[in-house]
Amino acid sequence: MSMHKPNILMTEFKDSFLTAWQLLAASDARLSGIVLLSLRVSLAATVIACVAGMPIGALLAVGRFPGRRVLIVLFNGLMGLPPVVVGLLVYLLLSRAGPLGGYGLLFSPTAMVIAQAVLVTPIVAALTRQVIADEWSEYREQLRSLGASRTRAAATLLWDGRFSLSTAALAGFGRAIAEVGAVMIVGGNIDGVTRVMTTTIALETSKGDLPLALALGFILIVVVLAINAVAYAVRGWAERRWG
Amino acid sequence: MNTWLSIDNLGLTEGSTRIIDSATLTLSARRTVVLGPNGAGKSTLLRLIHGLLHPSEGTLRWSPPLSQAMVFQRPIMLRTTALANVVYGLKLKGQKATECEGRARQALMHVGLEHLASRPARLLSGGEQQRVALARVWALEPELLILDEPTASLDPASSREVERIINDIAGGGTRILMTTHNLGQARRIAEEIVFIDRGRIAEQTPVAEFFKLPRTAAAQDFLQEEMP
Repeated sequence: MSMHKPNILMTEFKDSFLTAWQLLAASDARLSGIVLLSLRVSLAATVIACVAGMPIGALLAVGRFPGRRVLIVLFNGLMGLPPVVVGLLVYLLLSRAGPLGGYGLLFSPTAMVIAQAVLVTPIVAALTRQVIADEWSEYREQLRSLGASRTRAAATLLWDGRFSLSTAALAGFGRAIAEVGAVMIVGGNIDGVTRVMTTTIALETSKGDLPLALALGFILIVVVLAINAVAYAVRGWAERRWG
Repeated sequence: MNTWLSIDNLGLTEGSTRIIDSATLTLSARRTVVLGPNGAGKSTLLRLIHGLLHPSEGTLRWSPPLSQAMVFQRPIMLRTTALANVVYGLKLKGQKATECEGRARQALMHVGLEHLASRPARLLSGGEQQRVALARVWALEPELLILDEPTASLDPASSREVERIINDIAGGGTRILMTTHNLGQARRIAEEIVFIDRGRIAEQTPVAEFFKLPRTAAAQDFLQEEMP
């Protein structure tokens, strides 16, 4: 008798999967809008994080200035920054009473980009520092012998490590696209405006509407797997092409 | 011969180890080879002279100051073409971008690698990479070239080629200061041998005399062990 309950659950799951599959197959407009916004926001945040984080990471690896060690520990620590805390801080900055309140950015995709960029920059910087520090220990004497300044050396190593660094960028993107706390707080999860994959999954699941959540969850997993496959392929190719 | 470098009471201490101990030396030969047992401080002395290391005490007096370049035991190649690796050195010295490529190609020709110019440098063989490294410094036309065991990890054929290139560079008027484990090579390249033992300069002797009869017991032992 107690066998009934699981069976009902199974049917419910089956139906949800079926509907999810139909949504995917029909490339449902609402679904694709959410997916595209997710990709746009997280890509923009990752680009900003790379532009800011990679030079910071390289200078932390190569530079010699007071406070360097403290900054290294700080950035390593900030890799584990809780998204909700980032969301809260950016919320305070952008809210009407906050220092940047005048721009009216709160609950917009721009606010979400800012929050994710803040979240991801330390990750990109810390991973970049590791890559460049390894290269620096190998190249240091040669570059100094050729007369490269430390800034120049940092730039050279960023270029030389470009394929290893693509992994840092993709790790950042993976973190951005998968987080929910920051975009939820600063975006507000407004239907058609700031609703992304993760916030929709959270909302729909809590409403008990599983098909859309499942479809999005499936896409999210595919995106994350694809990123890693691309990263792997790029590194393999680069290794064969440039050594 | 004019003295171009006077080293006075040079020392380097790391922790409690004296790596270089009160080295006093005047260099005036155009081709000097530093010999000595493993761990004697040969590489360290070259790095102090090149400015990669700062001495704990003592002075280096250049007369006149020479533009210098260094080749290392293991060539360091950037992840780009052989040609771009040579161009990189020129760019760092402030050469005009338009002139860099021509000079770099010429340097690659001198080392016999112009046909590999557009190949990824890190995929070349060890010997070829060392020749690209030599082209990179040759293009800079330094007045002093320092080489730290440039053939230590190369096969005999590559070693001979590298030796040929070093001779050509020296023929252009560049002073050579190098270390090697290959005594035949030292004999062929050097005018003068500096023998260093446990961080101290043991002797400085013209090459023929050194290989016939070194002045110090340490050098005699060294030669006996290396050439039984």
